Amino acid sequence: MKTMTMMEAIKEAMSKKMREDPNVLVFGEDVGAFGGCFGVTAGMFDEFGEERVRDTPISEGAIVGCAVGAAATGLRPIAELMFMDFLTVGMDQLVNQAAKMRYMFGGKIKLPMVVRLPLGAGISAAAQHSQSLEAWITHAPGLKVVYPSTARDAYGLLLKSIEDDNPVMFLEHKLLYGFEDELDENMDPIELGVADIKREGDDITIVATGKMVHEALAAAKTLSDEGIEAEVFDPRTLFPFDKEALFKSLEKTNMALIVTEENKRGSFAGEIAAMIVEDGFDYLDAPVKRVCAMDTPIPFSPVLEKYYLPDADDIVTAVKGMF
Amino acid sequence: MELTKGKIVDMYRTMKLIRDFEANASRLFAEGKIPGFVHLYIGEEAIATGVCAGLNDDDYITSTHRGHGHIIAKGGDIKYMMAELYGKATGYCKGKGGSMHIADANKGILGANGIVGAGHNIAVGAGLSAKYRGTDQVCVCFFGDGSTNQGTFHEAMNLASIWKLPVIFVCENNLYGISMHQSKHQAIQDVADRAVAYNVPGVIVDGNDVFAVYEAATEAVVRARAGQGPTLIECKTYRHQGHFEGDPAIYKSSDEVSEWMAKDPIPRMVSYLLDSDILTEKEIEGIDEEISKELEEAIKFAEESPLPSLESIVEDIYTDIVEEVR
Repeated sequence: MKTMTMMEAIKEAMSKKMREDPNVLVFGEDVGAFGGCFGVTAGMFDEFGEERVRDTPISEGAIVGCAVGAAATGLRPIAELMFMDFLTVGMDQLVNQAAKMRYMFGGKIKLPMVVRLPLGAGISAAAQHSQSLEAWITHAPGLKVVYPSTARDAYGLLLKSIEDDNPVMFLEHKLLYGFEDELDENMDPIELGVADIKREGDDITIVATGKMVHEALAAAKTLSDEGIEAEVFDPRTLFPFDKEALFKSLEKTNMALIVTEENKRGSFAGEIAAMIVEDGFDYLDAPVKRVCAMDTPIPFSPVLEKYYLPDADDIVTAVKGMF
Repeated sequence: MELTKGKIVDMYRTMKLIRDFEANASRLFAEGKIPGFVHLYIGEEAIATGVCAGLNDDDYITSTHRGHGHIIAKGGDIKYMMAELYGKATGYCKGKGGSMHIADANKGILGANGIVGAGHNIAVGAGLSAKYRGTDQVCVCFFGDGSTNQGTFHEAMNLASIWKLPVIFVCENNLYGISMHQSKHQAIQDVADRAVAYNVPGVIVDGNDVFAVYEAATEAVVRARAGQGPTLIECKTYRHQGHFEGDPAIYKSSDEVSEWMAKDPIPRMVSYLLDSDILTEKEIEGIDEEISKELEEAIKFAEESPLPSLESIVEDIYTDIVEEVR
């Protein structure tokens, strides 16, 4: 076992796959000698060289499109977009090309590619460098969407994502890069579509993703002092989604609160709520509730940003309101 | 440029097959047998034919919404193409793609594309892949003049240029971006001028002269295979039909149409074949008859093929996940 930050875990997972498979390569803005905007690829340039850890111009459409073309012709590219917000610039290449190509071509092509997407607010990066846009990509059939909350999960899920023969969107919350965890580098990859219960409890299921898993865990601690035992359910992958595990949890707790960092309107949190209401209504003793970010662009000033973001206190308040 | 008689005859065959395939597609669309949108390549046959004549089977192409000609020239099977236009289970895409999304990975055809300008970066990715794997493959990116106003064109030219990728950018300047004349949609006369911004050779050829296209393309292919990077070839041509079938093209002047009809690449090729004693009129008729027969068979195949099963709607989204059927 080794203690690693999530950032190190991501780098180690990429490096491991690159050592195993010469067709795996990394490209993106400043991923080379600079080591990536957040330092995730630091050191990889020295180990693998400029052919395999490639700097690209600031051309998100080209980064995503190039990954599509490379994946369609035998490589396993890992593309890094510096901020998930920049995906909007490459959205056609992702949604109209990567997601649909296999289907439009009658299954005669495969696209083993990973797009790494740093996301999330909390560093005063304002409205164009902080968004959580998971709803936009889960909406596109053909993409898989992975969102780890711990270093261990990031490591195991990224190994699996690189092995996957489909386009995988790998979401990395910036504020979790420094999160430390123990992991065994020889661990098996983690299957996509398998949720993880981060804390067991009998009274309510809190479904949370990314950084919100940690806010939910903090909230659960406070709630426990007040006699409410919350189960913290981390789906880990948004598509495929582990519905079975979620319903198993609801069968026990009969209550559901969904917590994500997205703008609430049109969020993936709403999709989870709909899933529960449509197929798991009989498990419920109370209406499903959501705690999300506010429906505003993400503000710059720390005081406003803090107000914008959901946190453990908001979760505690919401849970109490449900009992 | 030395071309064998056999190769020249093959070129004629390809051009004529494209022309007749498109004429049939036009008729079948008008008869209501082909659903959706159909964008025809009539008038531009010399480009796909001239370019693909210099490619190997394992070379790649990316195509456009006006892609039938590229696919035929790269060796696509007209039976599966026609079945796809009909939306049948036996089509190239099992009826899931239609005219705008035909692909054949075995022939290096990375797909027609419904989004104008979307193939450029995919072509760059294929070029990166070829170079990275150390093969001598190249990728030809076909596109129209209209797409050179998309950001993707510039991103792709830049990336292919800085990485010296084996990509050949072939602009089919047919004078129109849908209904907008080139003189209105860009302030340059020659798309090839844009090559200079990327330090890439920009070549202009008569796109209705299959030999001129072939020569320019093979030169670019040689450069690409030698690791000297991309070339932009602008082929001046004309779209005989409207943007799609059903477009009456009222925006074209009759003078312009007659000027270009006189440059129709097919009669031009026929004259060349006769004048150079490569084929007799009778031999040409023979080839044309073979093509008609081949097309009849393709249409019959399409008409007699089964429709896709409703269950197939959920297949082929992922390699490993099949969504639930409603």
